[in-house]
Amino acid sequence: MSEKKPPLLEVDDLSVTFSQRGRDPVEAVSEVSFTIGEGENVGIVGESGSGKSVTSMALMGLLPERGVTVGGSARYQGKDLLRMSRRELNRIRGTEIAMVFQDPMSSLNPVVTIGTQISEVIKRHNRVTSKQAADRSAELLDRVGIPDPRRRLSEYPHQLSGGIRQRVLIAIALACEPKLLIADEPTTALDVTIQAQILTQLRELVADFGTSLIMITHDLGVVAGLCDEVHVMYAGRIVESADRRPLFAQPRHPYTGGLLQSVPRLDSPRDEPLEPIPGSPTDTLPWSEGCAFQPRCSNAVDQCLQQTPRLEPDDGRLLRCFNPLEGGGRDR
Amino acid sequence: MLRFVVIRLAQLLPTLFGLSILLFAWVRALPGDPAQALLGDRATPEAIDRINETYGFNEPLLTQYGMYLAALFRGDFGESIRMHEPVLSAFFDKLPATIELSVVALAFAVVVGVPLGYIAGRRAGTNVDGGIVVLSLIGSVVPVFFLALLLKYVFAIELEIFDSVGRQNARLDATHTTGFYILDGIINVQFAAAWDAFKHLILPGLALGTIPLAVIVRQTRGAVSEVIHEDYIRTARAKGLRSITITVRHVMRNALLPVVTTLGLQLGLLFSGAVLTETVFALDGVGQYLYQAIQDRDYPVLQGFILLIALLYALITLLVDLSYGFIDPRVRES
Repeated sequence: MSEKKPPLLEVDDLSVTFSQRGRDPVEAVSEVSFTIGEGENVGIVGESGSGKSVTSMALMGLLPERGVTVGGSARYQGKDLLRMSRRELNRIRGTEIAMVFQDPMSSLNPVVTIGTQISEVIKRHNRVTSKQAADRSAELLDRVGIPDPRRRLSEYPHQLSGGIRQRVLIAIALACEPKLLIADEPTTALDVTIQAQILTQLRELVADFGTSLIMITHDLGVVAGLCDEVHVMYAGRIVESADRRPLFAQPRHPYTGGLLQSVPRLDSPRDEPLEPIPGSPTDTLPWSEGCAFQPRCSNAVDQCLQQTPRLEPDDGRLLRCFNPLEGGGRDR
Repeated sequence: MLRFVVIRLAQLLPTLFGLSILLFAWVRALPGDPAQALLGDRATPEAIDRINETYGFNEPLLTQYGMYLAALFRGDFGESIRMHEPVLSAFFDKLPATIELSVVALAFAVVVGVPLGYIAGRRAGTNVDGGIVVLSLIGSVVPVFFLALLLKYVFAIELEIFDSVGRQNARLDATHTTGFYILDGIINVQFAAAWDAFKHLILPGLALGTIPLAVIVRQTRGAVSEVIHEDYIRTARAKGLRSITITVRHVMRNALLPVVTTLGLQLGLLFSGAVLTETVFALDGVGQYLYQAIQDRDYPVLQGFILLIALLYALITLLVDLSYGFIDPRVRES
C-alpha cells in the first residue's frame, strides 16, 4: 500500500506445510504476502489456528526443521530470510529482527537471572563488557517501565508478576534496537488493565526506536490503536488486507465483519448482545474445495462451495470473497 | 535452612532404630553362627560354648538386643569377632577405597551418560536415539558381577592392559596419609602412585558405573527432549544466541535438575554394587569387608556396617536435597 520507500520486509507467497509420517500433510499457512516499510505498524489478525503465529515463527526461522516445509520468500532488506544459513540468521535474529512472545510465564528461562537473560542478547550482538551490558540492561528495564531496575537484574522470573515478565520480554526484544519487531499476542496472557499499559508502552517504544512492528493478535481492539495496515487471516490465508480506517469503518469480508461484531464497544447500547461468529475455527472447508469460511459464513452463496476464492484487489484493499459485505456492513 | 536440616536429621532416628531391629533379627536368621564359622566343622561343643559366652550370644535375644542398643547409644558399634578390631574404626579404614571407587564409577557415568542422553534427547525418535536407548537398557540389565568378571577376563587377563586385583601396586611403596590412594599420590607428589591407583579403579569403575550410566542416560534424554520444546528455548533462539550458549545455559541448566536428584540416589546404590565389584577385583574396601563378614557370620560387623552405610546414604540424600536449592532458584526460597 505504501510505495514510497523500498519495504523493510517483503513476504511473498509464504506457505508452511507440516507433514507427519503416515498422515496427510497439513498446510498451516499458504499464499501469505504482505510488506512492511520502515517505521510502519502492521497487524495480522485471526482466531487461534488461523496460522498467524506459524507465519511469525516461519519468518524468524523458529519452526522445527523436521517435518516442516516452508515455501515462498521473505526478503528482509533484499535478502531472503527463508533461505538464509543458520549463521546468517543468527546474526539478524535478536538484533535486526526481534520477537515478543505470547506467554510471559513460560518464555523466560526459570533458572537464569533476568539480568543475564537481557544482557546475553546485548553481548551476543555488540562488543561490550559485562559491566556495559548490565548497565544497558538496567536502562532497558527502566525504559519499559519497571521500577527499581538494578535490583530486578539479579532476580529470577518466578519472583516477578506476569506484567513485569512481559515487560522484560519486551526489553529483551528491544535490547539491540531492532529494525523490525514481531509481537505475537503480547498481551493475551495479562490482565486487561495491564494489557492497555503494555500496548501504550509498546507503541511509544517502537515510535522512539523507529522500529517497524508486526502485531499478531486475535483482538481487533489491539490493532485499532496501533496499526496502519491490517491483514485478516483465516485458516492459513489472508482473507482481507486493508488500511486500518477503511477496514474498521467498512469491513468487506464476512469474517472481518464477524470479528468486529464480537468486540464490545463503549458506544453501543448496553443491552445489545455481542454477536459471535457461529461455529469454531475447526469448522473449515479445505481451501481446495471452496472457501474455508463457508461453513460459518452468513453471506455464503453457491459459488463458495464450488470455487476457491482468490485474494483480489477491491477498491483499495485486497479481498478474498465472492459475496463481500456491502457498504455499511457494520450496522451499528 | 538450619531448621530443615535439623528436622531431616531427627527424622533419621526412627529409621535407624527400625533398621537396627531388622538387622539384629536378620543376621541371627542367617544359617550357621559366628562360633561355628570361626572354629570350623570340628569344633567341640565346649569351644563353641566358650565363644558364645565371650560374646554374649547365650543370653536371651531381647537382652542381647538391649545390650546392642545401649552400646550404640554410647557410639560403640562393637568389635569384629574375626578381626578383633572395633567395627567403627574398621569401617572408616575401609571407607576411602569404596568412596574412591564410587566416585570413579559415578564420574564415568556422568561424563559418558550426560552427553549421550543429550544427543538422544535432541534427536528423540530417530535411529540414533533408539540405539542409545537400547544400549543403556542393556547396560542396566547386565548384572554387575557378570560385567565385572567379563571386564576382568578381557582387559586384565587376556589383554593385560589393566591390573586385575588390589588398589595399588605394592612395589610402588607409596605413602598413604588419607587412605584415598589417588589423593595421597597427588599430595605426596607421587604421581606414578596416583596414576597406578587410578588404573586399578578403571575396570571396577566401568563395571560399577554401568547401571548409573544407564539411568543417567535415560533421565537426561527425557529431560532434554522436554526442555528443548519449552517456550524459553524458543526465546533463546529468537535472540540469535550461539547454539553452544543455548545448549549449556538454557537447555542443560534446566535439564540437569532432575538428573542431579538421581545422582544422589545412584551414589547410595553404588554402595550395594560395590560389595560385588570389590569382591571381584579384590579391592580392600567396605564392600569386600562386608562380604567377608557374611562368610564369617560376623554379627557385629554386619550390623554395624549396614547401619553405617544407611546413615551415610541418608546424609548423601540430605546433601543432594540441599544442593538442589543452590541450582534451582525456585527451590531456594521455599
